[in-house]
Amino acid sequence: MPDGISLTKITAQKGISIGEAAKRVADLGWTPSYVQEAMTFPTDYKIKKAPRDPMKQVLRSYFPMQEEKDNRVYGALDAALRGDMFRNVEPRWVEWMKLFLAIIPFPEISAARSMAMVARLAPGEELRTGFTMQMVDEFRHSTIQMNLKKWYMENYIDPAGFDITEAAFGRCYATTIGRQFAEGFVTGDAITSANIYLTVVAETAFTNTLFVAMPSEAARNGDYALPTVFLSVQSDESRHIGNGHSMLMSLINDPDNHQLIERDLRYAFWQNHAIVDAAIGVLIEYATTDRDKNKESYAELWHRWIYEDYYRTYMLPLEKYGIKIHHDDVSAAWDRMVKKNYVHKTAQFFSVGWPLNFWRIEAQTDKDFEWFEHKYPGWYAEFGDYWKWYAKLSKPGETIMTFNTETGYIYPHRCWSCMVPCLIREEIVCDEVDGKIYTYCSELCHWTHKTAFSAEYEGRSTPAMGRFSGRREWEDCYHGWDLADAITDLGFVRDDGKTLVPQPHLRFDDKEMWTLDHVRGHTLGSPLRTIRAMTPEARETHLAEYRKGFKINPLN
Amino acid sequence: MSAVQQPTVPVKSGAAGSAKFAGSDSRKYNYFDPKGRRATHYEDMTVDVQPDPKRYLLQDWIISFADGTPTYSENWTEAKSSDWHKYRSVDQEWERTHYQRQSTICGMIQNVVENGRRSGAPKRFDPAWVKILQDHLGAYKHAEFGLGTSTMQAQRYGYTQMINNAILTNSSYKIRFAQDLTLYLSEIGLDIGGFDENAGKAHWLQDPIWQGTRRAIETIGGATDFLEQYFAVNFVFEPLVGELFRSGFVMQAAASQNDFITPSVVSAAEGDYERNLANAVELFRMLVLDEAHGNHNRMLFKSWVEKHGSLALEAAHNLQPIWSQPRVKVAHFTEALELAKNRVRAIAAETDIDVRHVLEA
Ligand SMILES: [Fe+2]
Ligand SMILES: [Fe+2]
Repeated sequence: MPDGISLTKITAQKGISIGEAAKRVADLGWTPSYVQEAMTFPTDYKIKKAPRDPMKQVLRSYFPMQEEKDNRVYGALDAALRGDMFRNVEPRWVEWMKLFLAIIPFPEISAARSMAMVARLAPGEELRTGFTMQMVDEFRHSTIQMNLKKWYMENYIDPAGFDITEAAFGRCYATTIGRQFAEGFVTGDAITSANIYLTVVAETAFTNTLFVAMPSEAARNGDYALPTVFLSVQSDESRHIGNGHSMLMSLINDPDNHQLIERDLRYAFWQNHAIVDAAIGVLIEYATTDRDKNKESYAELWHRWIYEDYYRTYMLPLEKYGIKIHHDDVSAAWDRMVKKNYVHKTAQFFSVGWPLNFWRIEAQTDKDFEWFEHKYPGWYAEFGDYWKWYAKLSKPGETIMTFNTETGYIYPHRCWSCMVPCLIREEIVCDEVDGKIYTYCSELCHWTHKTAFSAEYEGRSTPAMGRFSGRREWEDCYHGWDLADAITDLGFVRDDGKTLVPQPHLRFDDKEMWTLDHVRGHTLGSPLRTIRAMTPEARETHLAEYRKGFKINPLN
Repeated sequence: MSAVQQPTVPVKSGAAGSAKFAGSDSRKYNYFDPKGRRATHYEDMTVDVQPDPKRYLLQDWIISFADGTPTYSENWTEAKSSDWHKYRSVDQEWERTHYQRQSTICGMIQNVVENGRRSGAPKRFDPAWVKILQDHLGAYKHAEFGLGTSTMQAQRYGYTQMINNAILTNSSYKIRFAQDLTLYLSEIGLDIGGFDENAGKAHWLQDPIWQGTRRAIETIGGATDFLEQYFAVNFVFEPLVGELFRSGFVMQAAASQNDFITPSVVSAAEGDYERNLANAVELFRMLVLDEAHGNHNRMLFKSWVEKHGSLALEAAHNLQPIWSQPRVKVAHFTEALELAKNRVRAIAAETDIDVRHVLEA
């Protein structure tokens, strides 16, 4: 064929550009004159017309594009099975997916719901159209993840824990942080939750750790399925980040909003750090068997994505609009990651409570120790003995760590804000709010509950702001219960009626597995109840002791 | 237990079946009762993802709105249910089926429009018909958009994942169709001289023919009860105005005006509505048959029929002049309206909701 002539050129017809199409589609909206739209989700923000150009996209290119992405995902899952992926996958990794995939579908679908809240507030129909697509994306994310989880359940050696997944999510003492995360997207002030907390912070800052770091680590553990699904999910994020930024830009021009933006950025950044770094940090560092010293540690990834990309290129530029950015919060979070062992202490907490989980956690070994010490100097001195104890106590019938006076471990208080316990013991804050005593993991979590989630903020009335509610301290739910009864109530018992779903090892053999009888005879208690019952003086002494921390007794 | 135990041989493979131990065969989600004998894939993807303190949410909802309303509340609708979790959507959609279907529709429409335009079809449309498409189909696309944004709002409030996802896909279908119409009109506008892109919106906002429809749509958007919105969309507006205009006018009249493209574009919406309607019927039937709350719900739905039905009927009557605008008259308004009313009667019969007072008024 001569140059420049092709079938498509011969048959090409005049069309409309994507920009033009997006403009016409945006013109579908109108300002009602007979009945106003119901504004059922309140906000204290004032929203003006958007000055920014939102993303250009229309559904007729969106749906085929997404279907194509789906085809690649499902094709890859089939290929993974044909390639016998599960023969070579690392069980240590897949076990932790029982936790991760129990949590994540609910935050995803909550993001879909939250689009209803911002859509009604969106200044301009182009942005509202963007929120519509995000709503459908999030429906995609939630169900594609449920599908992946089912696929693991069908093909992995130990399906227990996957089989009870959504029930376990609602009950487990570790998944409670995921519920705080998800409810934060949809409850309270519509802009605080659906724009700042969800999009401006969680999606813009933290999805890289979730959806890029997790896939890399999965692949290193022989899991090729998770990367396919999660990179596909991640490919939707740039649109979401664009939507969120447009919305933020429509708020930021009104100085009246600045105080609230400042409040919400603080709350959202800190709580995302507390929750996401706890959960994903542990998965990246402890669910893996890959101890290549050349790969980046979670702390290094954090520095690149959160510090360099997010803080320097997203948060700092907001200063020129007059928003006060709390630089100290970012460096405090960084210090908690690298100097105060936040991730390692969370791993310790998740594993110390293994009988109340619904997946297997095996002990870290010498090979792991070496890597940790290389990446986090000083790690071995603080955590080496702990994991040796953990390995020793993994045999059925040993006294588990929490109730084993020989080990020196002391069970922590819970943070009333982020729901992660007060693991950096010197940072615990204890204070009274509305006449009741609470504990917090940090000064900022204290501020979040006492100052931010309140009807008034720095003298300004904030009637739309949400409140903390429910039985936020998990331990309170089983105060006074026998451990075996609590596990039964949680439903974390296998189908033989006695073997526990969780196990402190990866030995797939009945005679190595713990049963209810092995854990009976220990009584659970609520640290919050205990501290509330103390006299003020006793409480001060207790807190002073708590701040000193604990030392794991050497083994042997 | 014997004194000498065999040491455990470490299992080399992580694949299903490579060892047998307690729970090693438990390969189904086991925390909900499937509707049929076995759980469907849709149920596995959907059930209990939105938690509930009455089921597994041990710590209750942990954030609330300022007035104490929790993250999800049964009080967000006047309707009552003994068990909201019993509901399953009829179309069983989860992401994969949803994208497959939506994408197929997008491809089908694109093919029809491209082929039609390639053969010069829009230029052969009857001129009076072109004006109808420009003004009235152009106005109607805004109604579809309104249904889409109302259901988008409504999908935040349902008490279970199954209800909210059914409303979410409803919204997705409506917004896609509103966009289909917009882009379709823009494209044939390129081929037809003097086609006014903006006429449709002007008619939507000002033409008396469309004001009843706009009022009905805005009333749905203004409702604060999400189930009232979902009800009004699928049980009232769609049959009495949506289908009336789409099937009762456009689909019937187009061919006689030399237009074979528009019916294909519009037919997608009829397919969408069949699914949305089936999902809605399933839900409202469940509520009407509820042993404890059936009567309460039936009375409530009757009041919704009254409120939205009279607006929709007024909207329908206002549209009547459109039927006499084509040069070749084929469709008759009174017949089309009678069919629309029969459709509502059929829906009402399936769900045991009384609609006579509105339809016979
Ligand atoms: Fe998502
Ligand atoms: Fe905290």
